[in-house]
Amino acid sequence: MLNAVEVVGAKPALSETGDAVPGQWFRVRAPLTRRVRIFLAICSFLLPLAVWSAVSYVPFLWHPDVLISDPGDVDYFLPGMRVTKATFASEIANSKTNHTDPPQGTPCNPVYLPAPGDVLAAFYTSFTTPPQDQDGLWLHQSLWQSIQTIFWGFVVSSIIGVPLGILCGAHSGIARLVEPFVEFFRYLPAPAFGTLAVAVLGIYAGPKIAIIVIGTLFQQILIIANTTRKADFALVEAALTLGTRNLRLLTSVIIPSVLPDLYRDQRILLGWAWTYLIVAELIGATTGISLFITQQSRYQHYANVYAAIAMIGILGLGTDLVLAALGRKLFPWDKAAA
Amino acid sequence: MNADTLSYLDQPPEVQARLARLKARNVIVSVEGVSKRFATGQSEVTALESLSFRTHQREFLCVIGPSGCGKSTLARILAGLEPASGGVVRLDGKPVQGPGRERGMVFQGYTLFPWLSVRRNVMFGLRMANISKAEAQRQADEWLALVGLEKFADAYPHQLSGGMKQRVAIIRALVNRPRVLLMDEPFSALDAQTRQRMQAYLLEIWRKVDITIIFITHDLDEAVFLADRILVLDAHPGRLREMIEVPLPRPRDAAQLASPAFAATKARLEALIHGGEAHGEDDPYPAVPLLTSVSNEVE
Repeated sequence: MLNAVEVVGAKPALSETGDAVPGQWFRVRAPLTRRVRIFLAICSFLLPLAVWSAVSYVPFLWHPDVLISDPGDVDYFLPGMRVTKATFASEIANSKTNHTDPPQGTPCNPVYLPAPGDVLAAFYTSFTTPPQDQDGLWLHQSLWQSIQTIFWGFVVSSIIGVPLGILCGAHSGIARLVEPFVEFFRYLPAPAFGTLAVAVLGIYAGPKIAIIVIGTLFQQILIIANTTRKADFALVEAALTLGTRNLRLLTSVIIPSVLPDLYRDQRILLGWAWTYLIVAELIGATTGISLFITQQSRYQHYANVYAAIAMIGILGLGTDLVLAALGRKLFPWDKAAA
Repeated sequence: MNADTLSYLDQPPEVQARLARLKARNVIVSVEGVSKRFATGQSEVTALESLSFRTHQREFLCVIGPSGCGKSTLARILAGLEPASGGVVRLDGKPVQGPGRERGMVFQGYTLFPWLSVRRNVMFGLRMANISKAEAQRQADEWLALVGLEKFADAYPHQLSGGMKQRVAIIRALVNRPRVLLMDEPFSALDAQTRQRMQAYLLEIWRKVDITIIFITHDLDEAVFLADRILVLDAHPGRLREMIEVPLPRPRDAAQLASPAFAATKARLEALIHGGEAHGEDDPYPAVPLLTSVSNEVE
């Protein structure tokens, strides 16, 4: 009997190690081994990259344009110019009928889709290329400017949003007073306040930070309030029977009990703030990574543009991974993070 | 002697003497005509109806009854977590309002603070009473040693077993030196073996500490094993059915579970709780026969 119990107990453990159960090819939420998890995470980046590489390096897949290598006798063709396949074909036909020197070229993709290799190279070259404008910024300076805008926008939003959200989540009266207006305001698109922000705060950092605050704060209040509301009430009751009263319920029970969740919310909201960055930077005097991107696309350096966009992603994901690791250190008792 | 001839009313002399001493002691909690009604949409449900009883100093009182008899509601009213619709609860003669540290509570679920170490959980009530950190720590360590958990002082609750968690929850309440300890089915989430161990532990703690315990349970064995007196409640509405005096001498041990007095008391409880009108002809939940023959036919 005891053996039978052990065997039954051992079965789920077997499937946890990845052993297939016959006839069951779609196992709902089956746990993955560490190796499989890492492999799939790498694939999640490699797959889009593979599609991009295929489109870039396999000539017959797309390549709607022709990159001119020798213009021949076509007067408006230049070496390095991209023309559509139709134009190229008609000029070839022209040169045949007129017996002129035909143009030469190879199939290529439009200028706005650089190959992965070019973008990879641009990661390096865009840092080493001096700014094209006289008082322009190097890429690392642009990035630093963007990071500062994000940082201050998020700090200002959090200083107001976190305490207010916690109070709303803990006290029904405050929630009733604050939340209806916040619910209304969060539907107003932050960029709509752009000109107003410039009029009030000038053209430099002020309005940009304000846009990030407007974009983040109102969501933040509601999200933090909602998380605070989910605090386990059984713990509050336990604290009541242990003699806890009034604000100490908030500081000693509610806040610590939801702190890991608040931390997770803040990570999500920081990602939110990043999405407002480009809009914010275009307001007033364009600055930061947006300035770099607009300038590079003006010169049709699309590889640099892609590199800059990818850098925002890498910075955002990198920050989040660091914060997630920090969270596991800060809240060792939190099971959801472990 | 067997259970058929022995009545639960037959108390050995030492038990008689003990209960007489008990009832001569101060009244700690006095429940006077307490009612509780819940509004459910249009209608009203009466969970408790004019319930009255008293507990004396160092008494171990169990409250038992069928599900829906308002046992947990009673515990919550005594703790002050819910107001009564009528009647008064007195502690040392004074009416109570709202929760307070003089009425400790151990809940059915695990309510240790997961962000605090075991020691800090035990210190919690003392810190709320503004007792210095050093003193709170000294007292917490003393209590942890009492329940044999001193080695786990720095562990977090999620690292403990269910039984250990409830031991911590008990001393977390006791460290406040409450007048009464309310326990709302504290061991019902534990497996049978752990539950028995915890019952023995609880009696051991209760023997060493001057504390009155009101223990809510639905487990008949648990009630008989632990209690001096058992308050049996009726369901719908929750009313006092009978106050049973347990004829078992103390200290209690596992051997008593097999004694005729134990069986007789348990039989009486069973008759009160399960033998009522609910299992008569108008049983709302008649037993459905299992369709075992169907599977045989298929094979």
